[in-house]
Amino acid sequence: MSATFHPPEELLLAYAAGSLEEASALLVACHLTLCPACRRLAGQAEAVGGSLLEELAPASLSDGALAAVLGRLGPVSATARPAVRQAPARPQPPRPGLLPRPLRDYVGADSAALPWKRLPGGLEQVPVVTRTDARARLYRIAPGMGVPEHSHGGLEMTLVLAGGFSDGHGHYGPGDVAVMADGGIHRPVADAGDPCLCLAVTTAPLRLTGLIGRLFNPFLDL
Amino acid sequence: MLDFSFISPDDRGRIAAPGHIRPRVVLTAVGGSDLAGRRQRVNSGTSADPVPAQMTRLLAALAETHDQADFIRLFEYYAPRIKTYLRRLGADDATAEELAQEAMLTVWRKAGFFDPAKASAGTWIFAIARNLRIDRLRRERRPELDPDDPALVPDPETPPDDALAAGQRERTIRAAVATLPPEQAEVIALSFYEDTPHSEISTRLGIPLGTVKSRLRLAMNRIRAALGDGPTPMEDLR
Repeated sequence: MSATFHPPEELLLAYAAGSLEEASALLVACHLTLCPACRRLAGQAEAVGGSLLEELAPASLSDGALAAVLGRLGPVSATARPAVRQAPARPQPPRPGLLPRPLRDYVGADSAALPWKRLPGGLEQVPVVTRTDARARLYRIAPGMGVPEHSHGGLEMTLVLAGGFSDGHGHYGPGDVAVMADGGIHRPVADAGDPCLCLAVTTAPLRLTGLIGRLFNPFLDL
Repeated sequence: MLDFSFISPDDRGRIAAPGHIRPRVVLTAVGGSDLAGRRQRVNSGTSADPVPAQMTRLLAALAETHDQADFIRLFEYYAPRIKTYLRRLGADDATAEELAQEAMLTVWRKAGFFDPAKASAGTWIFAIARNLRIDRLRRERRPELDPDDPALVPDPETPPDDALAAGQRERTIRAAVATLPPEQAEVIALSFYEDTPHSEISTRLGIPLGTVKSRLRLAMNRIRAALGDGPTPMEDLR
């Protein structure tokens, strides 16, 4: 159940610090949903942020800052959680096939209903976060099919959400994150059986390698 | 206490107040000798009952009582520090002030969600300020873990640190951070007070990226060791 391949620790730290760009932050938040061990690390890093905040020298506020805020105090949120505090919920097994909440906030709950764009080689994709510094996409790989071999100018992280794939470095199942750094080359092949659903984040354009890759390049939009 | 003086010498001159001297905040909106008495106790936080622990109790109480006097004490302690945090991250004075006020309004509105078993007041308020900054200053969404997500893979039955209450855990982390070797404290502080990738920290400090990453990991391993956790089994990126 637990993930065996994790994002680099400094990425968890950057997520906790708030310095990670949105696409990578989405992948990390989804991994944290699926990985109690990394959730724990990220929680510790966030607590470091809390203690650093308390160590900061206080800045002086403008006169009347407090009065201004007190004047704006509205009603408190009605959705307090006394029930949670009184009786911690028994851990429930996660609902199978349900996308992590951070991703549902972007694409909804039903991944099958998304506007999948077909690419050659049994590959389909949907853009999720498209920014200049990094992009996040959902990929669906048909059972047993491979993604064209490619290398990376920056960092590529692929989080498996359903199914699994192998790429010569290991086998990745749900919750696992495959990390490819500068210059790494890999050719992921989906497991036989079910399609592999994954969230991939690239922080720099990929370079496709090999003849097949060069042929696919115009279609891949990577 | 950590020395952040290397971060922004210019800012230091403008915004620094020495040590833990409380900021001046106008208190005309409320009064009462009881409040003054309680403030005094907060001021003189002892090692047995340090200010951050008092703040956590105050925030938990605020969730129940919605007492403005409790809120004012939280405001006095955290608003000036949130402002410093935002200034360090490049916000101008007016923006930092506005967002610090906004963060404290969020504290008031969302106090019912605060769970002292999970985080200290400082950590919870830090997350509010961090997310507000991402939303307003970077204009990005902040994908956030939802602890009540039905897709969540739950923690093991007995988390290893159940023996440590949340308050004790935060005290331990605070002490570990305060005693980090300077070169590790430096990269940790830059990670939180620079809105830049680690590669730019590397450029700024003139050390290789791999050194930045290894110092970050060493620092987090020290903090984990203080908590009784082992080093991470994370595979190395390179």
